[in-house]
Amino acid sequence: MTATKAPSEPPQQRAVRRPGDRIFAGSAQGSGIFILLVLAGVAAFLISEAIPALTAPAEDIPGGEGLASYIGPLVVGTLLGAVLALLIATPLAVGIALYITYYAPRRIAATMGYVIDLLAAIPSVVYGFWGLAVMAPTLVPFHLWAADNLGFIPFFAGPASTSGRTMFTVGLVLAVMILPIISAIAREVFSQAPALHREAALALGATRWEMIKMAVLPYGRSGVIAGAMLGLGRALGETMAVAIVLSGGAGATVNLISNSSPSTIASNIALRFPEATGLGVNTLIASGLVLFLITLLVNMLARWVVNRRADFSGAN
Amino acid sequence: MAKRIEVSDLNIFYGNFKAVEGVNVSIEPRSITALIGPSGCGKSTFLRSLNRMHEVLPGARVEGKVVMDGQDLYGSDVDPVNVRRQIGMVFQRPNPFPTMSIYDNVIAGNRLNNNRMKKSDTDDLVEKSLKGANLWNEVKDRLDRPGSSLSGGQQQRLCIARAIAVEPDVLLMDEPCSALDPISTLAIEDLMAELKERFTIVIVTHNMQQAARVSEQTGFFNLNGVGQPGRLIEFNPTEKIFSNPDQKATEDYISGRFG
Repeated sequence: MTATKAPSEPPQQRAVRRPGDRIFAGSAQGSGIFILLVLAGVAAFLISEAIPALTAPAEDIPGGEGLASYIGPLVVGTLLGAVLALLIATPLAVGIALYITYYAPRRIAATMGYVIDLLAAIPSVVYGFWGLAVMAPTLVPFHLWAADNLGFIPFFAGPASTSGRTMFTVGLVLAVMILPIISAIAREVFSQAPALHREAALALGATRWEMIKMAVLPYGRSGVIAGAMLGLGRALGETMAVAIVLSGGAGATVNLISNSSPSTIASNIALRFPEATGLGVNTLIASGLVLFLITLLVNMLARWVVNRRADFSGAN
Repeated sequence: MAKRIEVSDLNIFYGNFKAVEGVNVSIEPRSITALIGPSGCGKSTFLRSLNRMHEVLPGARVEGKVVMDGQDLYGSDVDPVNVRRQIGMVFQRPNPFPTMSIYDNVIAGNRLNNNRMKKSDTDDLVEKSLKGANLWNEVKDRLDRPGSSLSGGQQQRLCIARAIAVEPDVLLMDEPCSALDPISTLAIEDLMAELKERFTIVIVTHNMQQAARVSEQTGFFNLNGVGQPGRLIEFNPTEKIFSNPDQKATEDYISGRFG
């Protein structure tokens, strides 16, 4: 830059852009816009199809008591099963991931990782039959025991189901289904914990577990949360397995071990959609809209949790 | 409590590969011992064997003896975790824990040894350690900020504060200044001169001027060729190494004729 140039004329500098860069930037941007369009399209469809049910008088809605009392129990059932699955699967998945990345001998670790990934490849209808044929009967004694001994907790208030086809069994089946998702992501982030910080912990005299607490878990925290949210997403939307296992009632109860557990939104849609007509279809779609909103909320919550301590994430 | 380290006939292996061979050396307390030599000559491996950090790699083992004030560091009943609590280490790249604040970084080692400490005690310890690392004035107003918000030189001094907060007997430094600018390097060297009053310091460095500036004793490591084990060629007072070394190889290396 020469000093003789008038300050009123800023030099017009344009970076050279190569065709490869332009094509790549364009296609990447196109993909980004495409996913937004798909999302907007789904949301628009759900809203426009749900509007008749939202505006209809209460007695026209299936059940005859209005939209809120139709969808309400389904929301309870959906959240109950998914949260139960998440509570069981997350600690287990973190443990599996830590074992594979930091404890197991290399050959066992590789085999185990492969086997866990295989769990994700099993179709959900198979999980459903397994839950119905194996898990439900196996868990009946636990149901009876829980009703007798844990009855003071609302979740185990009873009366215990004698078939085992309850929300508790559904939660366990869902937990097994989301285990591979969470553990695969946890494994990935744990294995990327920087050697620099692991060695820092060990050099201070940390045992292996202390090293994991100091350098691996904090580093992997946001990844584990992201994995858990993906798992929760699958559990919330799971249809087949729930529809097969659960013999639901209609009440909005948090009782996990009785026959009166509400169904979930997704399985309810799957079971009723084939025979639904007119306003019934709109009602089911409205319940789908609610599921969509729940998932959205869960994801935003997870984002917020991850970003809350972004300064300390180690990404800077 | 600075302690003396006696190393005798030390061989270090990674699996079947012999990385370092036949080291005999006595490291004096309350002094700085520098280790120099070309890359891959085993000086870092030797340094890490002093607090058993090389065992982090699978297949690592040693033959021979490392004795610190009569305590055999490789005795069959010795837990490497305890060795590392007595022998602190500072690494080549500053590595404060990114998920912890400056305050928590300083007391990370103490939290391992002892979970129950009074708040006033930890406050005192943090101040004392940061003052000992010449960092207190720069960070005293932002102890709750992440350690990674500091500059490279400050981060390295934070790591030194973390290492000395547990009052180790020995402080090992693996090229502590190689990622720092000259001003920060000088700050660390001044700090080392103060720390040697209290600790035994062993430093690996590629910077021969640094070895000449800070150390009392210097060891020169070399290897005959690729795949050969590294050896301690010469160990002498720093002044002698840099003016009148016993070995031709040492003289060639420090005068820049090879390596």
